[in-house]
Amino acid sequence: MSASPANPPQELPAESAVLLELRNVAKRFAAVDVLKNISLNIAPGEFLTLLGESGSGKTTLLRLIAGFEQPSSGEIWMSGERLDVLPPYRRRVNTVFQNYALFPHLSACENVAYGLRVRNTPASEIGARVEEALRMVKMQGFAASRPARLSGGQQQRIALARALVNRPRLLLLDEPLSALDANLRKQMQSELKSLQREIGVTFLFVTHDQEEAMALSDRIALLCDGALEQVASPREIYAHPATAYTAEFIGQTNLLRGEIRGGMVTCGALRWPSDEADGPVMFSLRPEAIRICADGKRQASEIKFRAAVRQQFYGGSSELLEVDCGNGQTLRVRVPARGPLAGEQDFVFSLCDATRVRE
Amino acid sequence: MRGATLLALYAVFVFAFLYLPIVVLVLYSFNRGGVGGFPPRHFTLSWYTQLFADSSVWDSVLNSLIVAAASVALSLGLGLLAALALDRADFPGKRLFRRLVLLPLILPGIITGLSLLMFAFLAGVHLSLLTVFLGHSSALISVATTELFAGLQKLDRAQEEASLDLGATPWQTFWRITLPNLKLSLIAAGLLIFTLSMDEIAVTFFLIGRDNTLPLEIWARLRRGITPEINAISTLIFVASVALIVVWYQLRARSLGARSQEFLEQLGEPS
Amino acid sequence: MYSRTYKSLVSLPPLVWVGTFLLLPYALMFAHSLWAVREGVIVHHWNLDNYKALFTNSLYAEVLFRTMRIAASVTLCSILLGYPLAYYLAFHAGGRRELLYQLVIVPLWVSYLVRGYAWKTILGSDGVLNGFLQYLHLTHEPVGYFLYSPFAVVLMLTHIYTPFVFLPIYAALEHVPRPLVEASQDLGANSVQTFWRVILPLSVPGLLAGATLAFVLSLGDFLAPLLVGGPSGTMIANVVQSLFGAAFDWPLGAAISVGILVITISLLFLSEFLEKRWAFQ
Repeated sequence: MSASPANPPQELPAESAVLLELRNVAKRFAAVDVLKNISLNIAPGEFLTLLGESGSGKTTLLRLIAGFEQPSSGEIWMSGERLDVLPPYRRRVNTVFQNYALFPHLSACENVAYGLRVRNTPASEIGARVEEALRMVKMQGFAASRPARLSGGQQQRIALARALVNRPRLLLLDEPLSALDANLRKQMQSELKSLQREIGVTFLFVTHDQEEAMALSDRIALLCDGALEQVASPREIYAHPATAYTAEFIGQTNLLRGEIRGGMVTCGALRWPSDEADGPVMFSLRPEAIRICADGKRQASEIKFRAAVRQQFYGGSSELLEVDCGNGQTLRVRVPARGPLAGEQDFVFSLCDATRVRE
Repeated sequence: MRGATLLALYAVFVFAFLYLPIVVLVLYSFNRGGVGGFPPRHFTLSWYTQLFADSSVWDSVLNSLIVAAASVALSLGLGLLAALALDRADFPGKRLFRRLVLLPLILPGIITGLSLLMFAFLAGVHLSLLTVFLGHSSALISVATTELFAGLQKLDRAQEEASLDLGATPWQTFWRITLPNLKLSLIAAGLLIFTLSMDEIAVTFFLIGRDNTLPLEIWARLRRGITPEINAISTLIFVASVALIVVWYQLRARSLGARSQEFLEQLGEPS
Repeated sequence: MYSRTYKSLVSLPPLVWVGTFLLLPYALMFAHSLWAVREGVIVHHWNLDNYKALFTNSLYAEVLFRTMRIAASVTLCSILLGYPLAYYLAFHAGGRRELLYQLVIVPLWVSYLVRGYAWKTILGSDGVLNGFLQYLHLTHEPVGYFLYSPFAVVLMLTHIYTPFVFLPIYAALEHVPRPLVEASQDLGANSVQTFWRVILPLSVPGLLAGATLAFVLSLGDFLAPLLVGGPSGTMIANVVQSLFGAAFDWPLGAAISVGILVITISLLFLSEFLEKRWAFQ
């Protein structure tokens, strides 16, 4: 289900089941390994997000695919042909830059037409395609405007149109929404998603915002320190994080550290049976998976524990509780809003919600 | 507020000091009694008519214009390449190169002029407008490099990447994106080089042949004695300079305020 | 992002030009300083005689020191004029700042020769200044000292270099963050104290830059002395100039030039070093 970083290179696809293939791609700047042995496949028509903190290497990876950097080792293939040996202007890949990089001395429609013009597309065709691209991003009325006159959101749409008009096989988006304010961001996310569905171009989206990634993507590739932590769909990555980092980066979680001994898992005050081998163990338990057990009863597959409510953070529709299980073990519990709580309470969670994670 | 008023008065005094000689110059170019004496009486335009009839002055003006235009062309061309090299390429001796390019700006002109004289002598080249042109270009390439380098730094690298990304070759990118963005820098540098070349004396002094440039023509006449005709031509030069700076400032006003401020700080490079 | 061909194509022409027309000539100058003149012809006979002459003949030292005094006076006067002006523009000019700034720049664009000539006509015995003083009956005969003296050279060069000194000082003063000035006043310092303790120290790099430029350029100036200096106002560059002219001794002239070059470059390095040390920001 989730690809691990040490995947052996896959065979060349017979048909275009795979659009882009990264094979053991690594990048080194001076003495620093910015990307370590990345292997990843991108399917045609999918919306894949490269998610990671700053310094994780996601922008570098994007630039390798766009052609502005060369891999130190490894290969990049697209549709059965070697991509990394081509200069950027020969790749069927286009980029939407983080600060849009619109040409200030050209009008909006001249910006959009740029890619067509430099490849000597017949003038008659240019007009129609530019108009179509502007319509796609809802900017038909702004064809003659200079970028300096447009707002951030409008510039972003023109940048999008400029890239899409060339009908690329793969569209790279480098944190395109990070410069927009919160409301505009939400709106653009929705538009991007529907646009992608409508035209079917493969999107490779880079962001550090995990909520954004979850909302937009078909699959998420989580990068940490230049290596892939996990590649999976949002639901999968949320419900079954592979590592502690993934569990903590995506959404909130409780990391339960403990050990298995003689068929019992012991994580602080929490204990439950397990048939796994003895040894140290770590589990991820989402705060919303824990509920207050008002009547003291629990189901067979549920684990019950008692803890004292130390802090309560009201959040409108829900509340976040910080509870003390004793011996310094603190857990976070998310419950529907119910008014102030005090003292000790019984909590239960379902066994299947405790996902075992690697370090 | 007394301190502030004193300061303002002092500022007025400094401005007076800066402008007084020029005002006197202009005033006396219209004075029948010539230069000297006080106060000036008898307004006349005869010095100007005499000036316009003086063909050797205008020959030297033409020479200066030719040298200045050629220097602008060569300095901008080489300066652009140098700025691109400094901005984008790494080569052995890059730091030395950078300093070397800047040297003629901060060294007294006599040193640059004499070095080139010795070079010309050893190479067996006769002194002429050509040697003057070569001297000006060598001295002024630094002005072009500095200004164009600053312009390149302000250029958003992402734009060139975007151009490549959209399918333009590096050559197309240079013509369609890089150069248009440097337009203002090019014009500003060009105007500055033009002015500095027209006024250049120190380097020219040692490289001049038979044909004079304007400053050296004036100099030659000064050696023979002061005539108000020189006031007249000086006034004309002053008017032309002011016109140029007005044009130049209008061009700058079109770009962002902060940019023009920073550029002005680089102005005033000596020749 | 840039291919190797691009980089070499771009670097080569300027490198070749700078090497041929700057590096080579400067090297030639250095070489000439080690040669000699025999019977009116330059011989490529390597020796250190020229430098020996510089150090032993007191005439050169005398002129050099006079030159340095003049350069120092010019620098000092330019700062005395330029700094308050820059301060006024940066802190008190308000809306008129842009216009006043342009007014300071304008003289820079006016020809050096024109400005020098203007002073020549003003300071002469028959000049405007003397005429003015006599008109006011402050004097009864022309004062000869105004022109053809070190005074005239200092006056003219101060006029030339005050805008040069003004520019970097103004830039530095502009960059002093206003919140710092406000903080100083908030903590109880008056204008003078704020200037002395906050503004002045922060403007030192600009001050150094301007002062160095004025000093170095005055040091090597030969035109001002020729215009208004007279025999008592001769500077070291004039000595060089005559050695390349009537006195025909290129090697000796080259040696002095090398000396000027060494002094200039040392001062520039020193200034740069100090600017970095005292930058604070």
